[in-house]
Amino acid sequence: MNIRLIARLDVKLQHLIKGVQMEGWRKMGNPAERAKLYYQQGADELLYMDVVASLYERNNLSDIVREVAQEAFVPITVGGGIGDLKSVKQLLDVGADKVAINTAATKRPDILREISDTYGSQATVLSIEAKRLPQGGWEAMTDNGRNHTERDVIAWAVEGARLGAGEIFITSIDRDGTMKGMDLDLIAAVTREVDIPVIASGGAAGSAHVAQAVGAGATAVSLAKALHTDAVTFGALRDDLAKASIPVRAHKSEMVQV
Amino acid sequence: MSKSIVVVDYGIGNVFSVCNALKQAGCEPNLTRSASDVLSADKVILPGVGAFGRAIAALRDLGLDETLRRFVETERPFLGICIGMQLLMDQSTEFGENTGLGFIPGIVDRIPGTGTDGAPLRVPHISWGEVRPAENVSGEDWAATPVANGGAHDSFYFVHSFHCTPSDPAHRLAVVDYGGNAITAAVRRDNLMGVQFHPERSGPAGLGFLERFINL
Repeated sequence: MNIRLIARLDVKLQHLIKGVQMEGWRKMGNPAERAKLYYQQGADELLYMDVVASLYERNNLSDIVREVAQEAFVPITVGGGIGDLKSVKQLLDVGADKVAINTAATKRPDILREISDTYGSQATVLSIEAKRLPQGGWEAMTDNGRNHTERDVIAWAVEGARLGAGEIFITSIDRDGTMKGMDLDLIAAVTREVDIPVIASGGAAGSAHVAQAVGAGATAVSLAKALHTDAVTFGALRDDLAKASIPVRAHKSEMVQV
Repeated sequence: MSKSIVVVDYGIGNVFSVCNALKQAGCEPNLTRSASDVLSADKVILPGVGAFGRAIAALRDLGLDETLRRFVETERPFLGICIGMQLLMDQSTEFGENTGLGFIPGIVDRIPGTGTDGAPLRVPHISWGEVRPAENVSGEDWAATPVANGGAHDSFYFVHSFHCTPSDPAHRLAVVDYGGNAITAAVRRDNLMGVQFHPERSGPAGLGFLERFINL
């Protein structure tokens, strides 16, 4: 099965931003234009996170999603501040295919079941921000790693899958924005315990890190900073991964029109 | 006169994406639930995401099951996408048993939980899968279908937990590999076609498929 390569775009107000370990955000460009570029380069999916949404208790990405969905014909996931079915519907109606739920689910896990029952598990992604604990294991955090939930990441992933999530999107806070490689222990621990697809996020600088994550069990990997800084492109990633015998979609051949 | 394409609006998901992709592929779709619009269309597309039971109930509540049956009898091209494809079958085992439209004999059931090597498979199946002709489809036949890009094996975006098994192998058009299992990727019967993948979310390959369907 082909591994999915996903572009993650964190958005604050109208800016594409990126930090290190979810802090010290810097502006990286226009979130709609970058997404369209990633689509043209061959991203398998796009994933938007409104990083200040939980503070305002609303997601502000509708306009960006509406614009991008008309030009980028790949699945779009939107996360950040989504807490009820009304806001899910609003995002799906402007072209999002899936919603990623973090804070709202940690407060009221049944929201996952409600979204899944109404819009299907294929639209329901449980987003987990994982912080390594000194004593071992990981704690699920919210609001970009600021707030504790006291939930064990692995147990929470299992519960999320049971409640109807169709995918787990797992971000290592410790590795986020470092480009020093992904938390392979975390990826292995989560993928071992759940039987739904797992998207790994945090720390990938290029194809070698992606290959390691796949080796640890990830069926999809998201990249952010490496893309936003033009350190890698999807074309180069695909070529390198294919050479390393990691199955990926052949993008170029599809561009040939008959 | 340009051909009229109807996208059936029955309140089940992703019509925005399907309509956008059709516009990009070169047509101006009519998103409607009006029986007269459906019956006068040159082609009809039935989209859908989510659960089978909810989708078939929505179609029946709007009386669209009967409208679609009448459209299919016109022998004009009809395309079902994802749940829209699964609805064409006799029945589904998703959340109890639900009867479908029965346009193509066969069943919809859960994707096998293990690969041919015995290893567990993650469900839903979410991947860009390369489609290839089903067993009984000849090369010439394949090249002529909209699913094949002039005979190529394009990759499309799949996201599903259930899959179709037509009773008559002749109705199976394309398959995709998942853990060694050949999962039905497309079905057909006369003027009917159904695809499990999402052409509206499959990049240039998906737009190419829609363009070929529009131009049938």
